[in-house]
Amino acid sequence: MRIQKELRPVVLIEVLFPLALLLLGVYHGVVQVLCRAGIVRADGLPGMGYYQGLTAHGVINAIVLTTFFAVAFGNVVVSQTLDRGVSVAGAWAGLILMAAGTLFAAIPILLGQASVLYTFYPPLKASPFFYIGLVLLIVGSWVAFWSWIPAYRRWRQSHPAEKTPLAAVGIFATFIVWQLCTLPVAYEVIVQLIPWSLGWTAGVNVVLARMLFWFFGHPLVYFWLLPTYTMYYTMLPRLAGGKLFSDFYGRFVFMLFIVLSSPIGLHHQFMEPGIDTSYKAVHAILTLLIAVPSLATAFTLAASLEHGARAAGGRGYFAWWAKLPHLDEQRWLFPYLFMGLVIFIFGGFTGIVNASYGMNALVHNTAWLPAHFHLTVAGPVFLGILGMGLYLVLGMLGKPLAWPKAALSVPYVWTLGVFTFSTGLFVSGLRGAPRRTNLGLSYLDPSSPLYRPDWLTGEMAGVLGGIVMALAVVIYFAVLLKSLLAPASALAADEFALPLSEAYHDEDVPAVKNFFPWVAAAVLALFLAYGPPLAEVIKARYPGTPGYTPDSPVAVE
Amino acid sequence: MAPSSAQGVPALEKKVFLAALLFCGALLALLGYAAQTLGVSVPGCVTNVKPFTAGELLEVGPGRYEAHVVARMWEFEPDVIRVPKGSIVDFYVVSQDVAHGFIIPGKNVNLMALPAAVAYAQARFDAPGTFQIICHEYCGLGHHGMAGSVVVTP
Repeated sequence: MRIQKELRPVVLIEVLFPLALLLLGVYHGVVQVLCRAGIVRADGLPGMGYYQGLTAHGVINAIVLTTFFAVAFGNVVVSQTLDRGVSVAGAWAGLILMAAGTLFAAIPILLGQASVLYTFYPPLKASPFFYIGLVLLIVGSWVAFWSWIPAYRRWRQSHPAEKTPLAAVGIFATFIVWQLCTLPVAYEVIVQLIPWSLGWTAGVNVVLARMLFWFFGHPLVYFWLLPTYTMYYTMLPRLAGGKLFSDFYGRFVFMLFIVLSSPIGLHHQFMEPGIDTSYKAVHAILTLLIAVPSLATAFTLAASLEHGARAAGGRGYFAWWAKLPHLDEQRWLFPYLFMGLVIFIFGGFTGIVNASYGMNALVHNTAWLPAHFHLTVAGPVFLGILGMGLYLVLGMLGKPLAWPKAALSVPYVWTLGVFTFSTGLFVSGLRGAPRRTNLGLSYLDPSSPLYRPDWLTGEMAGVLGGIVMALAVVIYFAVLLKSLLAPASALAADEFALPLSEAYHDEDVPAVKNFFPWVAAAVLALFLAYGPPLAEVIKARYPGTPGYTPDSPVAVE
Repeated sequence: MAPSSAQGVPALEKKVFLAALLFCGALLALLGYAAQTLGVSVPGCVTNVKPFTAGELLEVGPGRYEAHVVARMWEFEPDVIRVPKGSIVDFYVVSQDVAHGFIIPGKNVNLMALPAAVAYAQARFDAPGTFQIICHEYCGLGHHGMAGSVVVTP
């Protein structure tokens, strides 16, 4: 089954537009490590302030790129696996809304009127255009998702005896999580923040807004991750020359993520007032249950890789690893996925530290946090986006990959960089260095009374890692641009399809065939986990707080 | 192991699921132990102290202090908290404007300072010296300079 030809321009724009913005996002990542370590002792580099650039870095890399890519990848997966059933009008409508939203949010960021970081915690106040842009971006992704639902229904009706293709299960799980978790943040932004930033309401209930934000903020990371999980379960085994070890686990893991992604957000608020410890404890327990689908995934993927490696002549307990296509130019996508998995092992374990209740007091809001999430969102997620993004662009255009050796080097260079960066920030974080702070102007300025020489080594490792990461991105863009300049083949574009795997254990387990019971369980879990703390916050009637712009301690009139 | 396509969950997958559950159970048992036996817990909801607008240090008993800290763009009040060694200090923290942070590296004190709700943590200072208090939540252009200290006198 091939992908609908009419979808090609939509997918190409959805991949290339955010990749172009990524250049600014990555540039400002480098500016940040330089400023933090005190190598550049200024408010950023000329043209963009430190916190303005940090806002751009977060919004572009973690919200715009990830959302556009999830929609692009979803369009391709649904078209290929569900009988070319994507509504082309729906796909265009989603894209136009998302692009308009991005431009709406980008203008105030570039003008310095929305330097509130990508978490936009009130009562820091941004231009209303920033919030309106975010709403349009999210609604655009909803529209794209809604346009896939009829394709799913038609497919189920015309293939009553078959299991839904696993890749489609992964994409629908991704967007079910997204649909559920974006509702509270939509309430926060539309009902609380937009009228307040327009001056229609005087104050905002900060405690409520923060709870609604984190209701969204943690499932957001699974929205980032699940498209990459879809690649791991449905393409990595085939790229390794084998089959998916357990089809059941693929389905079970995606269903578990629908249930467990959302009722856990309070673990981001362990250190906050206004929330009883019993609710925090419940969320801590539910958060740790996420380790179950993660360990099931680790088992299944390792078994699938071993299956492929043994088919290629691999032997022994560990020696078979050498038979995986680590440097195979024909299967250059493999290391993008494989190295993401390697990085994610460390992202997962450090995530357990963050979730571990009292232990969070050591790391909350320190440099440990960006060190951790660069091993998740800038690990498997980012490498998945880079690899699959390139794969989709070349496939849709029918162009060959230029410089395959350079393309193969990108995931390895990136891994080296991100490990160096994160190791450094783990160290300075454990010594108390705060995240999202221009350290070079105070704590890492030897002439400041606040000087903390014990943070310097870690932040210098951050600089080294950041530069290596940027180098990987430069190589990637060189490969992408060189490939785009090559002549296109209409035949190759027509032949393009995702390399989907077969299953080795392919049992039919009725419990994981249907989304409905899992969505119902997710809604129930949300009511149980968020009903009582939300009711308590609403009952407490916290007074409204006026807004503040980042440049002045005087409230905005 | 042969490929299979029968009904039901294969035996190996069941075993792996059990192992994953046991791993989570072990982690949860450790957290419970830390919270119950070692007292390593998280801040809760303070209802007996109303949000205050002035910072002060109160001596409430021999070696016992209460620090009422106001966080505002871009300072803590009081910015220096002086206590003799061996003191136990209860920190109550509130913000007068945007969200701020309140961390004392080397102590288990790590709080968010919000307007409208009071955050609480306790620490014991046994050795003389100076401990930095650092705002670790982005609070505007002066964020990186927002710090205070606990000075423990001999």
